[in-house]
Amino acid sequence: MSQTIAQKILARASGLKEVEVGQIVTPEPDWVMSHDNAAAISKTFKKIGVEKVWDPEKIVIILDHVVPASTPEYAQNHLDIKRFVEEQGIKYFHGMNAGICHQVMAERGHDLPGSLILGSDSHTPTAGAYNAFAAGIGRSEVASIWATGHLWLRVPESFEIMVNGKMPKGVYAKDLALHIIGDIRADGANYMSVEFRGETISEMTMASRMVLTNLAAEMGAKAGIMDYDEKTEQFLKGRALKPYTPVKPDEGAEYQKRKEYDASDLVPKIAFPHTVDNVHDIEKAEEIDVDQVFLGTCTNGRLEDLRVAASILKGKKVNPKVRMLVFPASWEVYMDALKEGLLETFIRAGAMVMNPGCGPCLGAHEGVLAPGERCLSTANRNFKGRMGSKEAEIYLGSPATAAATAIKGKISDPREVL
Amino acid sequence: MGIAHKYGNDVNTDVIYPGRYTYKQFGPEEMAQHAMEDLDSEFVKKVKPGDYIVAGKNFGMGSSREQAAACLKYAGIKAIIAKSFARIYYRNAINFGLPAITIDTDRINDGDEIEVDLEKGVVINHTKGEEYRFPPFPENVIKIIEAGGLIDFVKSEIKKG
Repeated sequence: MSQTIAQKILARASGLKEVEVGQIVTPEPDWVMSHDNAAAISKTFKKIGVEKVWDPEKIVIILDHVVPASTPEYAQNHLDIKRFVEEQGIKYFHGMNAGICHQVMAERGHDLPGSLILGSDSHTPTAGAYNAFAAGIGRSEVASIWATGHLWLRVPESFEIMVNGKMPKGVYAKDLALHIIGDIRADGANYMSVEFRGETISEMTMASRMVLTNLAAEMGAKAGIMDYDEKTEQFLKGRALKPYTPVKPDEGAEYQKRKEYDASDLVPKIAFPHTVDNVHDIEKAEEIDVDQVFLGTCTNGRLEDLRVAASILKGKKVNPKVRMLVFPASWEVYMDALKEGLLETFIRAGAMVMNPGCGPCLGAHEGVLAPGERCLSTANRNFKGRMGSKEAEIYLGSPATAAATAIKGKISDPREVL
Repeated sequence: MGIAHKYGNDVNTDVIYPGRYTYKQFGPEEMAQHAMEDLDSEFVKKVKPGDYIVAGKNFGMGSSREQAAACLKYAGIKAIIAKSFARIYYRNAINFGLPAITIDTDRINDGDEIEVDLEKGVVINHTKGEEYRFPPFPENVIKIIEAGGLIDFVKSEIKKG
Protein backbone atom coordinates (compact mmCIF):
# COMPACT_ATOMS: atom_id res chain seq x y z
CA MET A 1 0.00 0.00 0.00
CA SER A 2 1.31 3.47 -0.92
CA GLN A 3 1.49 5.68 2.16
CA THR A 4 1.59 9.38 3.00
CA ILE A 5 4.09 10.89 5.44
CA ALA A 6 1.42 10.81 8.18
CA GLN A 7 0.70 7.14 7.60
CA LYS A 8 4.39 6.20 7.63
CA ILE A 9 5.22 8.04 10.83
CA LEU A 10 2.12 6.82 12.69
CA ALA A 11 2.76 3.24 11.54
CA ARG A 12 6.37 3.32 12.71
CA ALA A 13 5.47 4.86 16.09
CA SER A 14 2.71 2.26 16.56
CA GLY A 15 4.98 -0.67 15.74
CA LEU A 16 2.96 -1.48 12.61
CA LYS A 17 4.11 -2.08 9.04
CA GLU A 18 1.40 0.11 7.58
CA VAL A 19 -1.78 1.87 8.65
CA GLU A 20 -4.98 2.87 6.89
CA VAL A 21 -6.68 6.25 6.92
CA GLY A 22 -9.33 6.24 9.64
CA GLN A 23 -7.63 3.48 11.62
CA ILE A 24 -7.34 4.10 15.37
CA VAL A 25 -3.75 3.53 16.49
CA THR A 26 -2.01 3.90 19.85
CA PRO A 27 1.51 5.12 19.04
CA GLU A 28 4.29 5.98 21.46
CA PRO A 29 5.46 9.54 20.75
CA ASP A 30 9.15 10.35 20.37
CA TRP A 31 8.56 13.54 22.36
CA VAL A 32 5.65 14.79 24.39
CA MET A 33 5.79 18.50 24.98
CA SER A 34 4.05 20.82 27.38
CA HIS A 35 4.60 24.34 28.68
CA ASP A 36 3.20 26.33 31.62
CA ASN A 37 0.21 24.00 31.54
CA ALA A 38 2.53 21.24 32.85
CA ALA A 39 1.50 22.50 36.31
CA ALA A 40 -2.11 21.45 35.74
CA ILE A 41 -0.97 18.31 33.88
CA SER A 42 1.19 17.20 36.80
CA LYS A 43 -1.87 17.37 39.07
CA THR A 44 -3.91 15.26 36.64
CA PHE A 45 -0.99 12.84 36.36
CA LYS A 46 -1.00 12.36 40.14
CA LYS A 47 -4.71 11.50 40.02
CA ILE A 48 -3.98 8.57 37.72
CA GLY A 49 -2.09 6.89 40.52
CA VAL A 50 1.18 6.06 38.74
CA GLU A 51 4.26 7.08 40.64
CA LYS A 52 6.81 7.58 37.89
CA VAL A 53 6.45 8.90 34.36
CA TRP A 54 6.87 6.36 31.56
CA ASP A 55 10.08 7.86 30.18
CA PRO A 56 11.68 10.98 31.68
CA GLU A 57 13.88 11.36 28.58
CA LYS A 58 10.96 11.78 26.18
CA ILE A 59 9.12 14.47 28.11
CA VAL A 60 9.90 18.08 27.22
CA ILE A 61 8.69 20.99 29.34
CA ILE A 62 9.30 24.59 28.29
CA LEU A 63 8.15 27.66 30.22
CA ASP A 64 6.89 30.36 27.86
CA HIS A 65 3.26 31.37 28.32
CA VAL A 66 3.49 33.73 31.28
CA VAL A 67 7.19 34.33 31.86
CA PRO A 68 8.21 35.79 34.17
CA ALA A 69 5.11 35.21 36.30
CA SER A 70 2.70 38.14 36.48
CA THR A 71 0.72 36.92 39.50
CA PRO A 72 1.41 34.71 42.54
CA GLU A 73 -0.77 32.04 40.90
CA TYR A 74 1.41 31.88 37.80
CA ALA A 75 4.51 31.87 40.00
CA GLN A 76 3.05 28.92 41.89
CA ASN A 77 2.49 27.09 38.58
CA HIS A 78 6.15 27.55 37.66
CA LEU A 79 7.23 26.39 41.10
CA ASP A 80 5.00 23.29 40.90
CA ILE A 81 6.54 22.46 37.51
CA LYS A 82 10.09 22.85 38.81
CA ARG A 83 9.35 20.50 41.70
CA PHE A 84 7.71 17.96 39.40
CA VAL A 85 10.68 18.07 37.03
CA GLU A 86 13.09 17.40 39.89
CA GLU A 87 10.98 14.67 41.43
CA GLN A 88 10.54 12.83 38.13
CA GLY A 89 14.01 13.47 36.72
CA ILE A 90 12.62 15.04 33.52
CA LYS A 91 15.65 15.40 31.27
CA TYR A 92 14.52 18.17 28.96
CA PHE A 93 13.25 21.05 31.03
CA HIS A 94 13.82 24.43 29.40
CA GLY A 95 13.10 27.19 31.92
CA MET A 96 12.20 30.83 31.43
CA ASN A 97 15.41 31.71 29.67
CA ALA A 98 14.76 29.52 26.61
CA GLY A 99 11.87 30.94 24.62
CA ILE A 100 8.58 29.96 23.02
CA CYS A 101 8.11 26.20 23.11
CA HIS A 102 7.76 25.65 19.35
CA GLN A 103 10.91 27.65 18.62
CA VAL A 104 12.86 25.99 21.43
CA MET A 105 11.80 22.52 20.22
CA ALA A 106 13.50 23.30 16.91
CA GLU A 107 16.58 25.08 18.28
CA ARG A 108 17.33 22.45 20.91
CA GLY A 109 17.14 19.61 18.42
CA HIS A 110 13.84 17.98 19.40
CA ASP A 111 12.18 18.55 16.02
CA LEU A 112 13.55 15.53 14.18
CA PRO A 113 12.60 14.31 10.72
CA GLY A 114 10.33 11.29 10.86
CA SER A 115 9.53 11.76 14.53
CA LEU A 116 6.13 11.79 16.23
CA ILE A 117 5.65 14.79 18.50
CA LEU A 118 2.55 15.38 20.61
CA GLY A 119 2.14 18.57 22.60
CA SER A 120 -0.44 20.26 24.80
CA ASP A 121 -0.48 23.33 22.61
CA SER A 122 -2.52 23.85 19.48
CA HIS A 123 0.46 25.18 17.51
CA THR A 124 2.47 21.99 18.01
CA PRO A 125 2.22 21.33 14.21
CA THR A 126 4.96 23.97 13.82
CA ALA A 127 7.53 21.17 14.20
CA GLY A 128 6.28 19.71 10.92
CA ALA A 129 8.61 22.11 9.09
CA TYR A 130 11.30 19.62 10.13
CA ASN A 131 9.49 16.65 8.57
CA ALA A 132 7.98 15.56 11.89
CA PHE A 133 4.36 14.55 12.43
CA ALA A 134 3.43 16.93 15.22
CA ALA A 135 -0.07 17.35 16.62
CA GLY A 136 -1.69 19.31 19.42
CA ILE A 137 -3.51 17.41 22.14
CA GLY A 138 -5.23 18.22 25.44
CA ARG A 139 -3.85 18.32 28.96
CA SER A 140 -5.47 15.07 30.11
CA GLU A 141 -3.99 13.40 27.06
CA VAL A 142 -0.49 14.53 28.02
CA ALA A 143 -1.07 13.28 31.57
CA SER A 144 -2.15 9.90 30.23
CA ILE A 145 0.93 9.68 27.96
CA TRP A 146 3.16 10.54 30.92
CA ALA A 147 1.55 7.57 32.69
CA THR A 148 1.27 5.02 29.89
CA GLY A 149 3.56 6.11 27.05
CA HIS A 150 0.87 6.04 24.39
CA LEU A 151 -2.29 7.73 23.16
CA TRP A 152 -5.13 6.90 20.76
CA LEU A 153 -4.97 8.73 17.45
CA ARG A 154 -6.98 8.42 14.28
CA VAL A 155 -4.83 8.11 11.15
CA PRO A 156 -5.75 11.31 9.28
CA GLU A 157 -6.58 11.95 5.66
CA SER A 158 -3.85 13.88 3.86
CA PHE A 159 -4.08 17.18 1.99
CA GLU A 160 -1.31 18.22 -0.39
CA ILE A 161 -0.76 21.94 -0.82
CA MET A 162 1.59 22.73 -3.69
CA VAL A 163 3.05 26.23 -3.95
CA ASN A 164 5.08 27.35 -6.96
CA GLY A 165 6.39 30.71 -8.17
CA LYS A 166 8.72 33.32 -6.74
CA MET A 167 7.30 35.42 -3.92
CA PRO A 168 7.22 39.12 -4.86
CA LYS A 169 9.14 41.71 -2.84
CA GLY A 170 7.35 42.67 0.37
CA VAL A 171 5.41 39.41 0.47
CA TYR A 172 6.34 36.71 2.97
CA ALA A 173 5.42 33.27 4.23
CA LYS A 174 2.86 34.92 6.54
CA ASP A 175 1.04 36.48 3.59
CA LEU A 176 1.03 33.14 1.77
CA ALA A 177 -0.29 31.33 4.84
CA LEU A 178 -3.05 33.90 5.39
CA HIS A 179 -3.94 33.68 1.70
CA ILE A 180 -4.32 29.90 1.97
CA ILE A 181 -6.41 30.16 5.16
CA GLY A 182 -8.65 32.79 3.55
CA ASP A 183 -9.13 30.44 0.63
CA ILE A 184 -9.76 27.11 2.38
CA ARG A 185 -11.19 28.68 5.58
CA ALA A 186 -10.59 27.86 9.24
CA ASP A 187 -11.81 24.28 8.84
CA GLY A 188 -10.43 23.69 5.34
CA ALA A 189 -8.01 21.07 6.60
CA ASN A 190 -9.92 19.90 9.68
CA TYR A 191 -8.65 16.53 11.00
CA MET A 192 -6.18 16.36 8.07
CA SER A 193 -2.45 16.11 7.72
CA VAL A 194 -1.31 18.85 5.34
CA GLU A 195 1.83 18.20 3.28
CA PHE A 196 3.27 21.43 1.90
CA ARG A 197 5.58 21.24 -1.10
CA GLY A 198 6.57 22.97 -4.33
CA GLU A 199 9.37 25.25 -5.47
CA THR A 200 8.26 28.18 -3.26
CA ILE A 201 8.53 25.98 -0.17
CA SER A 202 11.91 24.60 -1.27
CA GLU A 203 13.18 28.16 -1.67
CA MET A 204 12.02 29.14 1.83
CA THR A 205 14.24 29.31 4.90
CA MET A 206 13.42 26.95 7.78
CA ALA A 207 12.08 29.97 9.69
CA SER A 208 9.62 30.77 6.89
CA ARG A 209 8.56 27.15 6.58
CA MET A 210 7.70 27.21 10.29
CA VAL A 211 5.26 30.08 9.62
CA LEU A 212 3.25 27.79 7.33
CA THR A 213 3.27 24.74 9.57
CA ASN A 214 2.43 26.98 12.56
CA LEU A 215 -0.58 28.38 10.71
CA ALA A 216 -1.65 24.89 9.57
CA ALA A 217 -3.34 24.84 13.00
CA GLU A 218 -5.54 27.74 11.80
CA MET A 219 -6.63 25.62 8.83
CA GLY A 220 -7.87 23.04 11.34
CA ALA A 221 -5.06 20.61 10.47
CA LYS A 222 -3.87 17.86 12.76
CA ALA A 223 -0.37 18.25 11.36
CA GLY A 224 1.44 20.31 8.71
CA ILE A 225 4.46 18.55 7.25
CA MET A 226 7.28 19.46 4.89
CA ASP A 227 9.78 17.37 3.01
CA TYR A 228 13.30 16.97 4.33
CA ASP A 229 16.04 18.65 2.27
CA GLU A 230 19.52 20.13 2.59
CA LYS A 231 18.14 23.15 4.50
CA THR A 232 16.63 20.87 7.14
CA GLU A 233 19.88 18.93 7.33
CA GLN A 234 21.90 22.13 7.67
CA PHE A 235 19.72 23.45 10.48
CA LEU A 236 19.86 20.19 12.41
CA LYS A 237 23.63 19.87 12.22
CA GLY A 238 24.97 20.12 15.76
CA ARG A 239 21.43 20.41 17.15
CA ALA A 240 19.70 17.07 16.55
CA LEU A 241 19.46 15.21 19.87
CA LYS A 242 19.18 11.80 18.23
CA PRO A 243 19.83 10.14 14.89
CA TYR A 244 16.84 10.45 12.58
CA THR A 245 15.30 8.98 9.42
CA PRO A 246 13.52 11.43 7.09
CA VAL A 247 10.21 10.28 5.63
CA LYS A 248 8.94 10.73 2.08
CA PRO A 249 5.48 9.86 0.79
CA ASP A 250 5.27 6.83 -1.49
CA GLU A 251 4.51 7.30 -5.12
CA GLY A 252 0.77 6.85 -5.50
CA ALA A 253 0.07 7.79 -1.86
CA GLU A 254 -3.54 8.88 -1.49
CA TYR A 255 -4.40 12.53 -0.95
CA GLN A 256 -8.04 13.22 -0.17
CA LYS A 257 -7.56 16.86 -1.12
CA ARG A 258 -5.08 18.80 -3.27
CA LYS A 259 -4.61 22.52 -3.88
CA GLU A 260 -2.14 24.51 -5.93
CA TYR A 261 -1.11 28.10 -5.40
CA ASP A 262 0.96 30.53 -7.44
CA ALA A 263 3.03 32.67 -5.09
CA SER A 264 4.22 35.07 -7.79
CA ASP A 265 1.06 37.20 -7.84
CA LEU A 266 0.56 37.43 -4.06
CA VAL A 267 0.22 40.74 -2.22
CA PRO A 268 0.55 41.46 1.51
CA LYS A 269 -2.49 40.13 3.38
CA ILE A 270 -4.32 41.06 6.56
CA ALA A 271 -6.61 38.84 8.64
CA PHE A 272 -9.35 41.13 9.95
CA PRO A 273 -11.10 40.65 13.30
CA HIS A 274 -12.28 38.26 14.67
CA THR A 275 -11.25 35.15 12.71
CA VAL A 276 -8.02 34.14 11.02
CA ASP A 277 -9.86 33.25 7.81
CA ASN A 278 -11.26 36.77 7.43
CA VAL A 279 -8.41 37.59 5.04
CA HIS A 280 -8.18 40.58 2.68
CA ASP A 281 -5.53 42.24 0.54
CA ILE A 282 -3.74 44.93 2.49
CA GLU A 283 -5.33 47.59 0.33
CA LYS A 284 -8.61 47.11 2.18
CA ALA A 285 -6.93 47.64 5.56
CA GLU A 286 -4.95 50.75 4.78
CA GLU A 287 -5.97 53.80 6.80
CA ILE A 288 -7.09 51.68 9.79
CA ASP A 289 -5.57 53.36 12.88
CA VAL A 290 -3.81 51.14 15.40
CA ASP A 291 -2.84 51.63 19.04
CA GLN A 292 -0.42 48.72 19.35
CA VAL A 293 1.95 46.82 17.07
CA PHE A 294 2.99 43.39 18.33
CA LEU A 295 6.01 41.78 16.65
CA GLY A 296 6.86 38.29 17.85
CA THR A 297 5.23 34.93 18.74
CA CYS A 298 5.76 31.36 17.55
CA THR A 299 4.52 32.53 14.15
CA ASN A 300 6.80 35.50 13.49
CA GLY A 301 9.35 36.16 16.22
CA ARG A 302 12.38 34.62 14.52
CA LEU A 303 15.59 36.35 13.46
CA GLU A 304 14.50 36.90 9.84
CA ASP A 305 11.28 38.52 11.10
CA LEU A 306 13.19 40.87 13.38
CA ARG A 307 15.64 41.61 10.56
CA VAL A 308 13.01 42.69 8.07
CA ALA A 309 11.18 44.81 10.65
CA ALA A 310 14.45 46.44 11.77
CA SER A 311 15.43 47.18 8.16
CA ILE A 312 12.19 49.16 7.79
CA LEU A 313 12.48 50.89 11.17
CA LYS A 314 16.16 51.80 10.84
CA GLY A 315 16.57 55.53 11.28
CA LYS A 316 12.80 56.02 11.65
CA LYS A 317 10.48 56.47 14.60
CA VAL A 318 7.51 54.51 15.80
CA ASN A 319 4.48 56.81 15.54
CA PRO A 320 4.05 58.53 18.94
CA LYS A 321 0.46 57.33 19.32
CA VAL A 322 1.49 53.70 18.85
CA ARG A 323 3.20 51.38 21.32
CA MET A 324 5.31 48.80 19.55
CA LEU A 325 6.26 45.62 21.41
CA VAL A 326 9.01 43.34 20.15
CA PHE A 327 9.28 39.80 21.55
CA PRO A 328 12.12 37.66 20.16
CA ALA A 329 10.84 34.08 19.90
CA SER A 330 13.73 32.65 21.89
CA TRP A 331 16.89 33.39 23.79
CA GLU A 332 18.91 32.37 20.72
CA VAL A 333 16.99 34.83 18.53
CA TYR A 334 17.34 37.49 21.28
CA MET A 335 21.12 37.04 21.38
CA ASP A 336 21.50 36.99 17.59
CA ALA A 337 19.35 40.10 17.28
CA LEU A 338 21.48 41.79 19.94
CA LYS A 339 24.71 40.94 18.12
CA GLU A 340 23.34 42.18 14.80
CA GLY A 341 22.26 45.48 16.34
CA LEU A 342 18.59 44.85 15.64
CA LEU A 343 17.58 45.45 19.23
CA GLU A 344 19.29 48.83 19.17
CA THR A 345 17.39 49.71 16.00
CA PHE A 346 14.10 48.86 17.71
CA ILE A 347 14.97 50.76 20.87
CA ARG A 348 16.14 53.85 18.94
CA ALA A 349 12.91 53.76 16.95
CA GLY A 350 10.96 53.85 20.20
CA ALA A 351 9.82 50.24 20.35
CA MET A 352 9.78 48.25 23.59
CA VAL A 353 12.02 45.20 23.43
CA MET A 354 10.54 42.54 25.68
CA ASN A 355 11.77 39.17 26.97
CA PRO A 356 11.36 36.02 24.83
CA GLY A 357 8.01 34.32 25.41
CA CYS A 358 4.41 34.36 24.27
CA GLY A 359 3.84 37.93 25.45
CA PRO A 360 0.28 39.25 25.14
CA CYS A 361 -0.71 36.78 22.38
CA LEU A 362 -3.13 34.91 24.62
CA GLY A 363 -4.09 37.89 26.71
CA ALA A 364 -2.36 36.92 29.93
CA HIS A 365 0.15 39.79 30.36
CA GLU A 366 2.74 42.15 28.85
CA GLY A 367 0.67 44.35 26.57
CA VAL A 368 -3.02 43.52 26.66
CA LEU A 369 -5.57 45.76 24.93
CA ALA A 370 -8.14 48.19 26.34
CA PRO A 371 -11.74 48.30 25.04
CA GLY A 372 -11.82 49.95 21.63
CA GLU A 373 -8.09 49.56 20.99
CA ARG A 374 -6.69 48.02 17.82
CA CYS A 375 -3.55 45.96 17.42
CA LEU A 376 -1.63 44.90 14.33
CA SER A 377 -0.10 41.61 15.38
CA THR A 378 2.25 39.11 13.76
CA ALA A 379 0.66 36.29 15.81
CA ASN A 380 -1.59 33.51 14.57
CA ARG A 381 -4.92 34.33 16.22
CA ASN A 382 -7.21 37.33 16.30
CA PHE A 383 -10.20 35.90 18.14
CA LYS A 384 -12.45 38.25 20.05
CA GLY A 385 -11.07 38.97 23.51
CA ARG A 386 -7.89 37.02 22.92
CA MET A 387 -5.47 39.86 23.65
CA GLY A 388 -7.35 41.48 26.50
CA SER A 389 -10.65 43.29 26.13
CA LYS A 390 -13.34 41.67 24.02
CA GLU A 391 -14.10 45.14 22.67
CA ALA A 392 -10.59 45.33 21.18
CA GLU A 393 -9.64 44.37 17.61
CA ILE A 394 -6.69 42.32 16.39
CA TYR A 395 -5.44 42.44 12.79
CA LEU A 396 -2.85 39.87 11.68
CA GLY A 397 -0.07 40.56 9.19
CA SER A 398 3.60 40.00 8.41
CA PRO A 399 6.55 41.49 10.33
CA ALA A 400 7.19 43.89 7.42
CA THR A 401 3.59 45.06 7.57
CA ALA A 402 3.97 45.43 11.34
CA ALA A 403 7.01 47.70 10.96
CA ALA A 404 5.43 49.83 8.23
CA THR A 405 2.29 50.13 10.36
CA ALA A 406 4.25 51.15 13.46
CA ILE A 407 5.79 54.09 11.61
CA LYS A 408 2.56 55.38 10.08
CA GLY A 409 0.24 54.60 12.99
CA LYS A 410 -2.17 52.99 10.55
CA ILE A 411 -2.08 49.68 8.73
CA SER A 412 0.38 50.19 5.88
CA ASP A 413 1.69 48.36 2.85
CA PRO A 414 5.33 47.41 3.48
CA ARG A 415 6.12 47.52 -0.25
CA GLU A 416 6.02 51.32 -0.01
CA VAL A 417 8.81 51.50 2.55
CA LEU A 418 11.09 48.62 1.52
CA MET B 1 -34.63 15.99 27.83
CA GLY B 2 -32.93 19.36 27.76
CA ILE B 3 -32.97 22.71 26.03
CA ALA B 4 -30.88 23.41 22.91
CA HIS B 5 -28.66 26.47 23.21
CA LYS B 6 -27.90 27.26 19.59
CA TYR B 7 -24.83 29.03 18.25
CA GLY B 8 -23.31 29.58 14.78
CA ASN B 9 -20.21 28.44 12.90
CA ASP B 10 -16.58 28.57 14.05
CA VAL B 11 -17.28 29.14 17.75
CA ASN B 12 -13.71 29.40 19.07
CA THR B 13 -12.12 28.40 22.35
CA ASP B 14 -11.31 32.01 23.28
CA VAL B 15 -15.02 32.88 23.49
CA ILE B 16 -15.96 29.56 25.12
CA TYR B 17 -13.30 29.93 27.82
CA PRO B 18 -11.17 33.11 27.57
CA GLY B 19 -7.37 32.87 27.59
CA ARG B 20 -7.16 35.21 30.55
CA TYR B 21 -8.42 32.32 32.71
CA THR B 22 -6.60 29.35 31.18
CA TYR B 23 -3.60 29.38 33.49
CA LYS B 24 -5.66 30.00 36.59
CA GLN B 25 -6.41 26.82 38.45
CA PHE B 26 -10.14 27.29 38.95
CA GLY B 27 -12.39 24.64 40.46
CA PRO B 28 -15.37 23.24 38.53
CA GLU B 29 -17.90 25.78 39.81
CA GLU B 30 -15.77 28.77 38.97
CA MET B 31 -14.96 27.36 35.54
CA ALA B 32 -18.67 26.90 34.86
CA GLN B 33 -19.28 30.55 35.70
CA HIS B 34 -17.04 31.67 32.82
CA ALA B 35 -18.50 29.32 30.18
CA MET B 36 -19.23 31.09 26.88
CA GLU B 37 -18.37 34.39 28.57
CA ASP B 38 -17.14 36.28 25.51
CA LEU B 39 -19.84 34.94 23.18
CA ASP B 40 -23.03 34.98 25.24
CA SER B 41 -22.92 36.52 28.69
CA GLU B 42 -26.50 35.29 29.30
CA PHE B 43 -25.51 31.63 28.83
CA VAL B 44 -24.59 30.89 32.45
CA LYS B 45 -27.85 32.43 33.62
CA LYS B 46 -30.08 30.37 31.36
CA VAL B 47 -28.29 26.98 31.19
CA LYS B 48 -29.72 24.11 33.25
CA PRO B 49 -28.24 20.68 33.98
CA GLY B 50 -29.06 18.32 31.12
CA ASP B 51 -29.13 21.04 28.42
CA TYR B 52 -27.32 20.80 25.10
CA ILE B 53 -25.11 23.06 23.02
CA VAL B 54 -26.08 23.01 19.34
CA ALA B 55 -23.81 24.69 16.82
CA GLY B 56 -22.78 25.00 13.19
CA LYS B 57 -19.50 23.86 11.70
CA ASN B 58 -16.03 23.79 13.26
CA PHE B 59 -17.14 24.11 16.89
CA GLY B 60 -14.23 24.70 19.27
CA MET B 61 -11.64 25.93 16.82
CA GLY B 62 -8.47 27.41 18.26
CA SER B 63 -6.59 26.63 21.42
CA SER B 64 -5.95 23.19 22.90
CA ARG B 65 -7.27 24.39 26.26
CA GLU B 66 -9.24 21.60 27.83
CA GLN B 67 -11.23 23.98 30.03
CA ALA B 68 -13.23 24.95 26.92
CA ALA B 69 -14.74 21.46 27.09
CA ALA B 70 -14.65 21.15 30.89
CA CYS B 71 -16.45 24.46 31.57
CA LEU B 72 -19.44 23.34 29.48
CA LYS B 73 -19.58 19.99 31.23
CA TYR B 74 -19.43 21.73 34.61
CA ALA B 75 -22.15 24.15 33.47
CA GLY B 76 -24.40 21.09 33.09
CA ILE B 77 -24.18 20.51 29.34
CA LYS B 78 -24.92 16.88 28.53
CA ALA B 79 -23.61 16.76 24.96
CA ILE B 80 -22.49 19.11 22.21
CA ILE B 81 -24.17 18.68 18.84
CA ALA B 82 -22.57 20.38 15.84
CA LYS B 83 -22.14 20.11 12.08
CA SER B 84 -18.43 19.53 12.70
CA PHE B 85 -15.83 19.98 15.42
CA ALA B 86 -12.30 21.31 15.46
CA ARG B 87 -10.15 18.26 16.06
CA ILE B 88 -8.50 19.08 19.39
CA TYR B 89 -11.84 20.20 20.79
CA TYR B 90 -13.44 16.94 19.70
CA ARG B 91 -10.73 15.00 21.53
CA ASN B 92 -10.94 17.18 24.64
CA ALA B 93 -14.72 16.79 24.84
CA ILE B 94 -14.57 13.00 24.50
CA ASN B 95 -11.64 12.81 26.90
CA PHE B 96 -13.73 14.74 29.41
CA GLY B 97 -16.64 12.35 29.01
CA LEU B 98 -18.66 14.96 27.11
CA PRO B 99 -20.12 13.46 23.93
CA ALA B 100 -19.44 15.47 20.75
CA ILE B 101 -22.07 14.55 18.18
CA THR B 102 -21.79 15.39 14.51
CA ILE B 103 -25.06 15.90 12.60
CA ASP B 104 -26.65 18.53 10.37
CA THR B 105 -28.00 20.93 13.00
CA ASP B 106 -30.01 23.22 10.71
CA ARG B 107 -33.37 21.76 11.85
CA ILE B 108 -32.70 22.40 15.54
CA ASN B 109 -33.63 25.87 16.79
CA ASP B 110 -32.53 27.69 19.89
CA GLY B 111 -34.86 26.65 22.71
CA ASP B 112 -35.98 23.34 21.17
CA GLU B 113 -36.40 20.50 23.64
CA ILE B 114 -34.06 17.71 22.61
CA GLU B 115 -32.65 14.43 23.83
CA VAL B 116 -29.67 12.30 22.78
CA ASP B 117 -29.56 8.51 22.76
CA LEU B 118 -25.89 7.57 22.41
CA GLU B 119 -26.47 3.84 22.12
CA LYS B 120 -29.04 4.13 19.36
CA GLY B 121 -27.15 6.97 17.70
CA VAL B 122 -30.06 9.37 17.54
CA VAL B 123 -30.90 12.96 18.49
CA ILE B 124 -34.62 13.40 19.24
CA ASN B 125 -36.17 16.83 18.74
CA HIS B 126 -39.32 16.78 20.89
CA THR B 127 -40.34 20.31 19.90
CA LYS B 128 -40.44 19.41 16.22
CA GLY B 129 -41.22 15.70 16.58
CA GLU B 130 -38.13 14.76 14.53
CA GLU B 131 -35.17 12.41 14.86
CA TYR B 132 -31.68 12.80 13.45
CA ARG B 133 -29.34 9.81 13.22
CA PHE B 134 -25.58 9.80 13.66
CA PRO B 135 -23.04 7.01 13.12
CA PRO B 136 -21.98 5.20 16.32
CA PHE B 137 -18.70 6.21 17.98
CA PRO B 138 -15.62 3.97 17.54
CA GLU B 139 -15.19 1.38 20.28
CA ASN B 140 -12.31 3.15 22.02
CA VAL B 141 -14.31 6.38 22.19
CA ILE B 142 -17.33 4.62 23.74
CA LYS B 143 -15.06 3.10 26.39
CA ILE B 144 -13.66 6.54 27.27
CA ILE B 145 -17.10 8.16 27.48
CA GLU B 146 -18.44 5.27 29.54
CA ALA B 147 -15.53 5.55 31.96
CA GLY B 148 -16.40 9.24 32.42
CA GLY B 149 -13.33 10.49 30.55
CA LEU B 150 -9.78 9.59 29.57
CA ILE B 151 -8.21 9.84 33.01
CA ASP B 152 -10.75 7.51 34.61
CA PHE B 153 -10.38 5.20 31.62
CA VAL B 154 -6.58 5.09 32.00
CA LYS B 155 -6.94 4.50 35.74
CA SER B 156 -9.18 1.49 35.18
CA GLU B 157 -6.87 0.12 32.47
CA ILE B 158 -3.87 0.40 34.78
CA LYS B 159 -5.78 -1.37 37.53
CA LYS B 160 -6.58 -4.17 35.12
CA GLY B 161 -2.87 -4.38 34.34
